Amino acid sequence: MPFAETLSQPALWPLSAIVFLPALVAAVLSLPIIPKAREEAIRWITLLTTAVVFVLSLWMAWPTLFGAVGPAQFTVGEAGMQAVVKQPWIKAFNIEYLLGVDGISMPLVVLTTFLSMLAAAASWPITKHVKAYHVLFLLLETGMLGVFVSLDFFLFYVFWEVMLLPMYFLIGIWGGPRREYAAIKFFLYTLFGSVLMLLAILMLYFTSDLRDLSAEQLVAARVVSPALDAIGQADAVAAIKTAKEPIHTFNLLALAQLGQLPQSPFAAVTLWGMSLETWAFLLLLIGFVIKVPVVPVHTWLPDAHVEAPTPISMILAGVLLKLGGYGILRICYPICPGAGLTLAWLVCGLGVVSMVYGAFAALAQKDFKRMVAYSSVSHMGYVMLGLGVWSAVAGNEFRWDAWAQGVNGAMFQMLAHGISSAGMFFMVGVLYDRVHHRNLEEFGGIFNRMPVYSGLAVAIFFAGLGLPGLCGFIGEVLVTLSSWNYSRVLAVISAFTVILTAAYILWAIQRVYLGAESKGPHGDHLTPITGRELAIATPLVFLAILFGVAPQTIFNYVTPTVNRQVETLADWTRRVRPDAPAAQPALTVDAAAKATAMR
Amino acid sequence: MNLGSLLSGTLTDTLDVSLPLFRVELALAATVVLLLLCRMLPVLRRFDSALVALGGVGFALWYAWCDLRGLPGSPWALAADAVATVPGRRELFGGLVVFDSLTAYIRLLLAGFLALYILFTKVSGIPDREDGADFYALVLGAALGMCLMASANHLLMVFMAVEMASVPSYALAGLLKGRKASSEAALKYAVYGAGAAGIMLYGISLLAGLLGTCHLPGMAVELARMVGEGGSGQVMVLTLGGLMVAVGLAFKLSAVPFHFWCPDVFEGAAAEVGAFLSVASKAAAVALLLRLAFGLGDPAAATAPGAGAAALVGSADTRHFMVAVIALMAAVTCTLGNLAAYGQTNMKRLLAYSTIAHAGYLMMGAAAAVAMMGVSPEGARKAVTALAFYLGTYLFMNLAAFAIVALLRNRLRSEEIASYAGLVRTSPGIVVVTAAVLVSLIGLPPLAGFISKFLVFASLAEAIQAGAEKPLMLVLLVAGGINTVISLFYYLRVLKVMTFDPPPESRVGESFPLVSLPGAIVTALAVPVVVLGIFWSGLYAAAQLAGRFAS
Repeated sequence: MPFAETLSQPALWPLSAIVFLPALVAAVLSLPIIPKAREEAIRWITLLTTAVVFVLSLWMAWPTLFGAVGPAQFTVGEAGMQAVVKQPWIKAFNIEYLLGVDGISMPLVVLTTFLSMLAAAASWPITKHVKAYHVLFLLLETGMLGVFVSLDFFLFYVFWEVMLLPMYFLIGIWGGPRREYAAIKFFLYTLFGSVLMLLAILMLYFTSDLRDLSAEQLVAARVVSPALDAIGQADAVAAIKTAKEPIHTFNLLALAQLGQLPQSPFAAVTLWGMSLETWAFLLLLIGFVIKVPVVPVHTWLPDAHVEAPTPISMILAGVLLKLGGYGILRICYPICPGAGLTLAWLVCGLGVVSMVYGAFAALAQKDFKRMVAYSSVSHMGYVMLGLGVWSAVAGNEFRWDAWAQGVNGAMFQMLAHGISSAGMFFMVGVLYDRVHHRNLEEFGGIFNRMPVYSGLAVAIFFAGLGLPGLCGFIGEVLVTLSSWNYSRVLAVISAFTVILTAAYILWAIQRVYLGAESKGPHGDHLTPITGRELAIATPLVFLAILFGVAPQTIFNYVTPTVNRQVETLADWTRRVRPDAPAAQPALTVDAAAKATAMR
Repeated sequence: MNLGSLLSGTLTDTLDVSLPLFRVELALAATVVLLLLCRMLPVLRRFDSALVALGGVGFALWYAWCDLRGLPGSPWALAADAVATVPGRRELFGGLVVFDSLTAYIRLLLAGFLALYILFTKVSGIPDREDGADFYALVLGAALGMCLMASANHLLMVFMAVEMASVPSYALAGLLKGRKASSEAALKYAVYGAGAAGIMLYGISLLAGLLGTCHLPGMAVELARMVGEGGSGQVMVLTLGGLMVAVGLAFKLSAVPFHFWCPDVFEGAAAEVGAFLSVASKAAAVALLLRLAFGLGDPAAATAPGAGAAALVGSADTRHFMVAVIALMAAVTCTLGNLAAYGQTNMKRLLAYSTIAHAGYLMMGAAAAVAMMGVSPEGARKAVTALAFYLGTYLFMNLAAFAIVALLRNRLRSEEIASYAGLVRTSPGIVVVTAAVLVSLIGLPPLAGFISKFLVFASLAEAIQAGAEKPLMLVLLVAGGINTVISLFYYLRVLKVMTFDPPPESRVGESFPLVSLPGAIVTALAVPVVVLGIFWSGLYAAAQLAGRFAS
């Protein structure tokens, strides 16, 4: 594709700007143009950059707000990949600069830009090496956004790894007392996962062959650019079809098409008695669940979350954990559906184990932040369960609308948890900034000292608890309901976990906010919430309520894409597993409508 | 054939065919002579020897570039000489040396390295003005040997080239004359090297005696025939000879278990010498490994006239044996290097073990290349390309790493990792550069080291896909992955000390600004590490040219 054609792609500048603007500003900041001592200026530049990126992403995601629907903007309700940018990068390996968003990634992009902006605002209390902190922070944002919009596996991996180093330093330099241990632990766990991912990427790459795909599939996967005219497309397809050697690809959409072929090339190869598909699924799954994280690879999380400074904890819990869930949804299932079908029990089981273990661990914590960290493990368990519920293998009933419900619930849970967990970490941070301890036993009576703060904090904690009317409720209920069809035992356990969640959150609220007066040191430092803190907390609380009352705001984006993916995979199941019962209820029940009706 | 026609034949071969393709070596040799004259003649003593060396290397670099550019299939061929001016493959000097794309690429790499290296040593202050002529004469002399290693086509030449590269290196290791550690390093290196050379020579004589020739293509035919026929103890002697030659190679590659010299020499010798040994010597050793493995295991030899019926089996057996030896050594070298780097407190020693570990990754790529030689020539070509690319990025990574050590030594008067504590407070620029270089050595994107590692792992995966030595390649792939994770610890520890730890109160020397001559050198060396991680098409195209040698 000639360069002029690349430049004429409508989404090139908006998408590239969203991803690379933070890195660009970071590069400028790191030059000695702005003296180190001008800390206030550096903070404002960073906040402004994140705000610009947020507005840009909002411009893409919510075109009606800005009054115009351009070709680069997102069409709500459309299932397919939109705003695709395609430019060859390394021709020798068919690596492309391939970006795009759909209903799964667009909300996550907005969540990332939104939380980054709030985290930048929450970074004011950072006084050590301000410049370096903000440079690393901006680099981190580029890495996170890049992962969500990459459609090329190589590019995805590059962005995935780009996040590691800034995060290592952000925890290691600006963290709490055990920061060095926490930082290296985080790095090691994630790197281990990503090396496994790299092995899977290489296996999939060398097994893939674009010649197996039909012309329509090649265009749909953007291997052949749909922007070409009919003749150009036909030529490009013919060039691929008539190639003598296999044409390997890193294109995630093409890999998914290949994985869903009746004779998937990935299922044909076996290694040590297991199909390559299964190996790849397992390797990728390990890489992603380390990030989610699930028990037993979760142990980096409490350390990293507790030691990280407040804004970084917000990013960690709000965005980084979602990368794992996103990876499973975007990569594991579409590319390796056969293995997903066979290993559904594993994904669901991991989810439920994390759910229960995380809740019990949270119940046992004395450290406020550690409790919130374990609540993340527990809440992300719902995401895993929702993603894994593949009702087709339940045997008794083949209800794929239930699976769609689970995946929709998991997506909702990811976004809701992004809001509530970031909010919870911020609320803990506000207290920590004042009294410099986080011991749950040494608080009390904060309602009297900081009434506005306490009101907001309790609202956010209730959202985390899953109180109906707040954002945490919808996702958990959808996931629990959908898992009923897969396994009643798991459904019952996940329903009962809600009680544990209520227990640790209510207990924490009682110990911290209620009571007569603060039992710990520095009680007189409990000054009312500042304007800056209010400006961060209010949007979070607002969104927690909005998503709880009007979940369609999210489902409008998510459901079309998720339903189509589930539909495709269910269709695949029917073709490849003809023994599954044929009776298929039509997907008429909109998951969103169902959720509202239920309340 | 009378003597006259023999002489005139040799003369045409030498003057018309061989010498024009030998310009790089000639330029280096002439510079060595000039440098020695500089030392002797009072008139010439006024010249700065570094500039003389740089001038000579400039010629060599230009010739090397012309040779690479003129290769058939090169994307950089000039429009004027669209017809390739340089042959794809030609044996020179009656078959002693071969010129092909690998020769051209490695020579370009070495010449480019020398140019950067001379600039860097000029800034770092070792050698001083007094030693300059000696130092550069030794460096260029060793580099000449390395060029020959990359193009050797005859066992005699292999031995000569290895010795020619090694002997000046022994002297270089002892460059810091007053220092006990330096002399000890030189002695250790020389003794170890002499032992390895002896074993290698014995192996060469065994092979030559049994196969009746030292010319690699000729040996391949005989080898295929002999191994194919099997029996009568011959194969055992051949195996022994092959292993003995491998010992000499392993010494040059610093592969386990012949790596013991490496940490001691690196620690004792100046960081500048370490840079030379870890980059140039490694590149030449990898090229020689490819030469020998591809020369002796050539699948075409099995079908050569007079090879015999069993030659196909024999050729495959030879390759299988070579792959097994290389792969085993690669896995052990990589793992041991990474594990041993763990406990190091001296930066040069740490880099020595890092060099050993990287030799392991390089040998993994070589194993994949040899494994695919008979099964998938395209895959073998890609594996050689991966190796060539790796060497290209490794040049910048390691030269930058040693440059940082040397220039920090000039400021801090120490090469201990602990002395770098809290450097970020006073010199953030240098810490950022160090971070880029070390993270690239770990192999994380978006830096050049990641691409190299990715390419090597991709070759292993391709070998698995092609069914070439599947179990061995799987083991290597897994070992490579695990080693990447292990290596994280010690590279990060250096960064941790630089950034997290408080600076020592007794810090001698001031800050190290990037806007200074040393800072500029370090930055110039580190910039390619970042750029090649994102825009790697150019270097990959050059490496692909090198890979053509495997067809």
